[in-house]
Amino acid sequence: MRQPDWQIAAGAAPRGGEAPAVSAADIRALLADSGGLATDAATLSDEDDLYAAGLTSHGSVNLMLALEERYGVEFPEHLLRRRTFESIAAIRAAVAGLLLDGAPGGLEAG
Amino acid sequence: MDMRAEGTPVENGQAAFRDALVAAGLLIPTGVDGLYGRSGVFEDVVERFNDLITTWGGDDGADVMRFPPGVARHQFEQSGYLKSFPHLAGTIHAFKGDERAHQSLLRRLEEGEEWTDSQMATNVVLTPAACYPVYPTIAERGPLPADGALVDVYSYCFRHEPSLDPARMQLFRMREYVCVGTPEQVMDFRQRWVERGRALMESLALPVAVDLANDPFFGRAGRMLAASQRDQGLKFELLIPIASAEQPTACLSFNYHQDHFGLLWDLRTPDGAVAHTACVGFGMERVALALFRHHGFDVKAWPAAVRAVLWG
Repeated sequence: MRQPDWQIAAGAAPRGGEAPAVSAADIRALLADSGGLATDAATLSDEDDLYAAGLTSHGSVNLMLALEERYGVEFPEHLLRRRTFESIAAIRAAVAGLLLDGAPGGLEAG
Repeated sequence: MDMRAEGTPVENGQAAFRDALVAAGLLIPTGVDGLYGRSGVFEDVVERFNDLITTWGGDDGADVMRFPPGVARHQFEQSGYLKSFPHLAGTIHAFKGDERAHQSLLRRLEEGEEWTDSQMATNVVLTPAACYPVYPTIAERGPLPADGALVDVYSYCFRHEPSLDPARMQLFRMREYVCVGTPEQVMDFRQRWVERGRALMESLALPVAVDLANDPFFGRAGRMLAASQRDQGLKFELLIPIASAEQPTACLSFNYHQDHFGLLWDLRTPDGAVAHTACVGFGMERVALALFRHHGFDVKAWPAAVRAVLWG
């Protein structure tokens, strides 16, 4: 598996501090590739309801798998929920949380 | 003698109920878990229950369609079933070789070698749910009439989930009413059937509970699909304790597919919108088993009120 880019960002961040960089632009690009939206992902704000924009259940599964590949994370059972993927902001928060949990010197060390 | 490893209390209960059904002659074992013959008494109960469904639903004017327990492979492939349930699907394979291949087949059979790997896929897949042939059939007709479409189907279905539980057969019958129309039309249909289904089953003096449910989607992605299905309240089941009191069995299900099949098959309402679909499914063997569990193996000794509902 490809080395996740976040490790570079995490190394530069204060330990146990801010979430590693997860850019809305990256998520928007993954959404455009794998979400199967009826709407152009570029026109969506971070807070827009992705399900209202045409994200289907199968589309959200594809998006989840793409996010796992891109960031080298695995969504745990409690995040396999519809609301985890309801907006770009929600996805950012979820992925950032997973990266913090998994980062050396992250939450579990602090 | 039972040589199986000790199971959980639930599994032991299921196996004991199955053994009792076999001993009573209601089910005929084949040596494969989940594959049974049915006795005349068992079949009579299934047929009477099938007629009872028609008594409750027949006046709605559904278009009756009866398909064999196979769907065309091209329709199955387009249905998306393999995305969600690859572990349950059963494909039909057949011998397509020449005489030399036949000799090889017989030799391998004789010597106890693997022979099935040279079988080739046919264009028929075992029906996973009775409604699967309905959607492409309705799509062929073009845009829906103003009041939508209502179809009555009944078929044997196959799911590859061998189990000791006699209520989880690999080949079983499912009767369904399928509604295709606007979101309002199909939601009305489903709500009507949740109420009707409960009343219908209570008329048989069975202990029922209706609860939110999800389909057995495959893998981690499937857990996401299942959670999403529950979050949106898309599937309800009518549950009756059969082999286990702790884990009651889904005997009826009430499903709202949103635009899933509408998008797949380009089903359209008269104004051009993507149609929504819903269905109510009756697990025929499960209902028969629930009746045998709660009223006994001797149908002549069933409560008079229940006998009157089924046999008139």
